[in-house]
Amino acid sequence: MISLRTRRRAINTFNLTMAVLMTVFGVFWLVWILWTTLRYGIGAIHLSLFTQDTPPPGSSGGGLRNAFVGSLILLGLAVVIGTPIGVLAGTWLAEFAARRKLGALVRFLNDILLSAPSIVIGLFAYSIVVDPSGHFSAFSGGVALALILIPVVVRTTDEMLRLVPGALREAAIALGTPYWKLVMRITWKAAASGILTGVLLGIARISGETAPLLFTALNNQFWSTDLSHPIANLPVVIFQFAMSPYRNWQQMAWAGAFVAIVFILLLSVVSRFILRRAKS
Amino acid sequence: MHDMKAPGTAIAELNGNASTGTRARFPVDFLFRKLTGAVALLVALTLLAIMFALVDEGSHALHVFGWHFLVTTTWNPVTGQFGALVFIVGTLISSAIAMLIAIPVSFGIALFISELAPRWLRGPVSTAIELLAAVPSIIYGMWGLLVFAPWFGNIEPWINDHIGAIPGIGLLFQGPPMGIGMLTAGIVLAIMVIPFIASIMRDVFMITPAPLKESAYALGATTWEVARHVILPYTRTAVTGGIFLGLGRALGETMAVTFIIGNANNLSASLLMPGSSIASVIANEFTEATTHLYKSSLLALGLILFLITFVVLVFAKLLLLRLERDAGGKA
Repeated sequence: MISLRTRRRAINTFNLTMAVLMTVFGVFWLVWILWTTLRYGIGAIHLSLFTQDTPPPGSSGGGLRNAFVGSLILLGLAVVIGTPIGVLAGTWLAEFAARRKLGALVRFLNDILLSAPSIVIGLFAYSIVVDPSGHFSAFSGGVALALILIPVVVRTTDEMLRLVPGALREAAIALGTPYWKLVMRITWKAAASGILTGVLLGIARISGETAPLLFTALNNQFWSTDLSHPIANLPVVIFQFAMSPYRNWQQMAWAGAFVAIVFILLLSVVSRFILRRAKS
Repeated sequence: MHDMKAPGTAIAELNGNASTGTRARFPVDFLFRKLTGAVALLVALTLLAIMFALVDEGSHALHVFGWHFLVTTTWNPVTGQFGALVFIVGTLISSAIAMLIAIPVSFGIALFISELAPRWLRGPVSTAIELLAAVPSIIYGMWGLLVFAPWFGNIEPWINDHIGAIPGIGLLFQGPPMGIGMLTAGIVLAIMVIPFIASIMRDVFMITPAPLKESAYALGATTWEVARHVILPYTRTAVTGGIFLGLGRALGETMAVTFIIGNANNLSASLLMPGSSIASVIANEFTEATTHLYKSSLLALGLILFLITFVVLVFAKLLLLRLERDAGGKA
C-alpha cells in the first residue's frame, strides 16, 4: 500500500513533467517549421528571384518579382481601404460608446469578425466585387484583405484610445476644445504608436493570407499592376508552386515562403515591442 | 486575439454627453460623432452582410436540393449532383482530432508558463508559442505536405500494425501509409490552434488571485492540486471560451488542410484515408466551377461553414466576456 503522501507527490511530479514536455512539444514544431523554411529557403534565394517574373511550367530560371510586387500592391490597397475605416470605428467605440450597450454589441460583433474564417471573407468579397463586376481583379483581392485587416485595427484603436488618461481629455475640455479637435489632436496623438501597431499586426496577419485571394485576385503568371485584372501574389504562387511536380517551382515556393516568414515575423516582433512600450 | 488584458481603467467619464452636444450648437462635433458611428455600424453590419451575400449566392443550390443538400454524400460535378455531408463530416472530424491533441498540450503549456517556468524563461516561451500563431497557414500546409507527411508516412505502418490491430477503434487506423489524410490534417490543425488556446489559458491562469493559490499551498496542496482544484475551477469559463475560439479557428482553416487532407470526395471509416473539409473543397474547386449550380453549391457550403463557425465563436466570446465581468474592475 502506497501512502497517500507518496501517491500525491508522484501524481504531482508526473503531471508537472508532462506540462514541461507539452511545452517542449509546442516549441518543437515552431523550431521544425522555421528550420525547414530556413534550410530550403536560403538555398533557393538568388538575385534573379527579385528581378525576374514567374517562369512557365517546365522551364528553368525565373523569379518571383511579379508576385512580390503584386503582394505589396494588395497589401497597400488593404491598408488604404482598411485603416481609415478601422480607426474611425475604433474611435467611435472608445470615445463615444465606451459605456453604451450599442458599443458593447459592436465590439462583440467586431471580435467575431476578427476570428471569422478568411475563406468566408474571401467568398464575401467574391460576391460583392467579383460577381457584380464579372471578372477577378486585384481590387477585389484588396477588398478581401481589407475586410480581414479592419477588425484588427478597430480592436487595437479601441484598446489604445481607452488607455489615454481621462485627465488629458478633461484638461482639453476645460480649455474649451471641441470634442472632434480633442480626438484628432490629443487622443489620436497620444495613442498613435498603439494604433500604428494595430495596423502593423493587421499587415502581418493578411500578408500570408491565401484562401481569400483564390476567389478574388486569383493569380497572374505575368507582370501586371492593373487593379482591374488578376494579379500575381506571393501566397497563391507559393500554393501553386508547392503543389506542382516541378522541382524548381517547389524550390521557388520555399524561397517565397522564407521571404514571407521573415517579413511576417519581423513585423510581429516589432509591433509586439512597440505595443509593450505603449502599454507600460 | 493577441492579448485579452483589459485596457486599464482610464475611460473618460464624459463620453457621449457633455461636449458632443446638439447639431445646432456644435455642428462639427455632431458630424464627427455621426461619421465615426456610421463607420462603426458598417463594421458591425459586415457579419450580417456576409450572411445575406452567401444566402443569396447559395440560394440556387439550396433551392434545387432543399435540405437534402445537408444529408447527401454525392458530390458529382459531371452529373450536377451536390451534397454537403462528406465535407461537413470531414470538417468536424479533422477539427475534433485537432482539439483532442491541442487541449491537453495547451493546458500543459499554459501551466508551465504561469506556474512552473522561472521568470526569465516565461517571456521567451510565450513569444515562441505566439510566433507559432504568426506563421501563415500556407507555410503550415507546405511544410505539412513536403516535410511532415513523408515523415508521418513512415510511422503509419507502425500505427497500422499496433493501433490498427485493436478491435473496435482499430478500424479508425487502418489504411495505406500515404502520409496525407484526415489524421495528418488533424495533427497539423492542432499545431496551428495550440497558440490560440494556450495564450488565452496562460492569460487567465496569470490573473487567478494569488491569495487563492497561497491558501491552497498553505493547506499543503501540491502544485498540480492547486492547478487542478483552484486555478482550473476559477478560470473554467474562460478556458472553455479559449477552447471554442481555437475550435472556430480549426473549423475554418483552409490552406493547411487543403494541402494535406488528401481531397477525396467520399467518406471512409479510417482516419488514415484521404478526406475533404468544407474549406478545402471550396479552395480546390472554386475556380473550376463552371456551371451556375456548381458555383452556387460551393457558396452554399461557404454559408454552412460560416454558420457553424459563427455559433462556435459567439459561444466562445460570451464565455470569455463572462470572465471579464466576473473578474471585476476589468473593462
